[in-house]
Amino acid sequence: MFVRGLKRKCFDGEEDIEGTLAGIKAIPSYNLQRQSLLDMSLVKLQLCHMLVEPNLCRSVLIANTVRQIQEEMTQDGTWQMINTQSAGQASLDRLVSTDILCRSSREQAEGKHVPGYGTFNKDFEGDQGQDSSETMSTASSVQAPRNLQSNVWEMENPQESKGNFQKSLDQIFETLENKSPNSVEDLFSEVDNSYYDLDTMLTGMMSNTKMGHCDGLETFSSPTNTASNSNCKSDLNELDHIVEILVES
Amino acid sequence: ADIISTVEFNYSGDLLATGDKGGRVVIFQREQENKSRPLSWGEYNVYSTFQSHEPEFDYLKSLEIEEKINKIRWLPQQNAAHFLLSTNDKTIKLWKISERDKRAEGYNLKDEDGRLRDPVRIKELRVPILKPMDLMVEASPRRIFANAHTYHINSISVNSDYATYLSADDLRINLWHLEITNRSFNIVDIKPPNMEELTEVITAAEFHPQHCNLFVYSSSKGTISLCDMRNAALCDHHSKLFEEPEDPSSRSFFSEIISSISDVKFSHNGRYMMTRDYLSVKVWDLNMEKRPVETYQVHEYLRSKLCSLYENDCIFDKFECCWNGLDSTIMTGSYNNFFRMFDRNTRRDVTLEASRESSKARAVLKPRKVCTGGKRKKDEISVDSLDFNKKILHTAWHPTENFIAVAATNNLYLFQDKGN
Repeated sequence: MFVRGLKRKCFDGEEDIEGTLAGIKAIPSYNLQRQSLLDMSLVKLQLCHMLVEPNLCRSVLIANTVRQIQEEMTQDGTWQMINTQSAGQASLDRLVSTDILCRSSREQAEGKHVPGYGTFNKDFEGDQGQDSSETMSTASSVQAPRNLQSNVWEMENPQESKGNFQKSLDQIFETLENKSPNSVEDLFSEVDNSYYDLDTMLTGMMSNTKMGHCDGLETFSSPTNTASNSNCKSDLNELDHIVEILVES
Repeated sequence: ADIISTVEFNYSGDLLATGDKGGRVVIFQREQENKSRPLSWGEYNVYSTFQSHEPEFDYLKSLEIEEKINKIRWLPQQNAAHFLLSTNDKTIKLWKISERDKRAEGYNLKDEDGRLRDPVRIKELRVPILKPMDLMVEASPRRIFANAHTYHINSISVNSDYATYLSADDLRINLWHLEITNRSFNIVDIKPPNMEELTEVITAAEFHPQHCNLFVYSSSKGTISLCDMRNAALCDHHSKLFEEPEDPSSRSFFSEIISSISDVKFSHNGRYMMTRDYLSVKVWDLNMEKRPVETYQVHEYLRSKLCSLYENDCIFDKFECCWNGLDSTIMTGSYNNFFRMFDRNTRRDVTLEASRESSKARAVLKPRKVCTGGKRKKDEISVDSLDFNKKILHTAWHPTENFIAVAATNNLYLFQDKGN
C-alpha cells in the first residue's frame, strides 16, 4: 500500500544517511535528530485509520510535538529569511552552512546545486502568492535533511512559514476531525499522483535515495500538475521546473 | 479469548467484571466458603458472560464504531440484582444481572411443558409451588445512554448519590441521571471554537467518593482540574488546578507526551487522588495544588528510550492505576507483563510478573528486577530484552481484601496476598 511504502522508505533513508554521514561526522547532530523526529511525527499524523476514527489524544500530542520542534527551529534560525536579492549572497553563505549538514558526501563533492540557489530564490520569492503559498510552505514545513531540494524550501520568511505551517497542521486536524470519505480519499489520491511524478523527476537529479520526498509529498494538500514533468534536464531547469509544478497546483 | 480492555471489582468484591475488545463482558464470582472444598475459597469462577456492545457503523461519517468496552463501573447493590454500567466509544449501557434459581410449578392453566391444559379437565384449583432449579444468571440491558458524545468516551464514574453518573470523552463531560436516557447535561466543554486551536484533551474523569458535587478530570498536558458543580452549570472553570511545574533539566521534545495523564483515581478516603503518567505515579493531596505529595517511578529506565517508544507508539499507551482498600498501597502496570506495587508507608516497592511460567497455582510470585546498566545479575532482565507488546494496562484491587486482578493482554490473572 502506498502509505506503508512511504514509511519503509523513511526509515531506510535514515539508516542510509547515517551511513553516508559517518564519513563526515561521528555523531548525528542535534539538528538531524530533531529533523528525523519532525519527519516521524508528520508521518504519524498522516497515517489516519481509514475505517475507524483516529485517536484524538494521540493526534493532539503529536501535533503539539511538531509545533514545538517548529518553534525551536524558528528560534534557532534554521529557517532563515530571504529578504532581497542583494542579500542573496549573504543568505547563500548561510544556506551552504546548514546545507553541509544535510547533504550526502557525493553531492558535496559535486557541489552542483549551490549556484542554483541564487536564481531559485528569486523564483521562490516571486511565487509567494496567496494561492500558492500554502503549497509552498507545506513543502517547507516538511524538511528532509538528506534532501537538498527540501533544504531550499526551508529558506523562507519564518513568520509566514509559521503561519502556513500552522495552517497545514490545522488542515491535518480538520481532516482528522471531519473524516468524510470524499476528503480522505481525495487527500490520498492526490498524493498518489504527485508521488510518482515528482519522484521520477527527482531521482533523475539526485543520486541520493528518495527518503525525504515521501514526507514532503504527504503534506501536499492539493494535487500537483503532473502533465509535463518527466524530463530531467540541467539542475537549474529542474529546480525551476519543480517550482512551477508546485505553484500551478 | 479477546484482549481485555477493562477490569473492575464491585463494591463488595464478590464480583469481578472484565470487558474485552470484542464487546463482551465476563463476570467472575468469588467462591463462598465451602467445608468440603476448603481450598476453593477465594477462587473466582465465571458467573455470567454476555455481549454488551456490538460493532456499529456511523453512516453519516462513514466510520466504524468499535465495540471494545472502554470502562465498566458497578453500581452499589440495592437489591438482589447487580447493576453495572459498561461503555464503548459512544454508548453507555446499564445492565442488570440477576439470578434465577427457583421455578414455579403447578400452574392451573398450563402444564409443566407449557402447553395449555384443557379447561374441561381441570377439576380443582391448586397453588403453584416454587421449586429449586439450576442457577441461571441473566443479564439484560435496562438503559441505553446514546448519542451524547461526539468524541470517544474514555471514562464513566458513578456519583456518590447513586443516582447520577458522568461520562467523559476527549473534549466534553456529560452528567446523566441513571433513570433518564434521553437527556444529559454537559458540565465540561473544552472544545475550542476553532478545532485548529486544539492543543489539549480530557484523558480521564472521576467523581469524588464522598462529595457528590465534586469531580476531577485530567488532561493530556498533565494537569488535573477539580470542579464543583455548585459553582455553575458549566464547570469550565475549575475550583482547583493541580499541576506540577516542569523540571527544566529533564525537558525534551517528549516532555509533554510523557506528562499526559492516563488515569486518575481518588483514594477510598477521599483525601488524596492518584494520577498515572507515562513514567510515574503521583499521589496528590486535594488541599495542595502546587505539586504531588508523593511520586513513584514506575519504569524510569525507559526515559532514555523515549524516541524508540515514540516511534513504535508505545509512548501513547494508557496505563491505569489503583489503590488498595486501606489506601496504603498503590499498583500499576508496566511492560513485559510486569506490574508494580508501591507501599506508601514503608516506601518499599516490588515488581511482579503476570505470566503463565511464573504463575503456577498457589505458587508465590517472585519479585523481578530490571537491569538498567552495567553488569546484569542473575535473574535480572535487561531493558532491551523487555517485551513491549506484553503490557499490563488494567489492574484492579479488591475493595477490602488483598486480592488483585491483573489483565495481561487476553489473560486475566488473580493473585492474593500470601498472608491470607
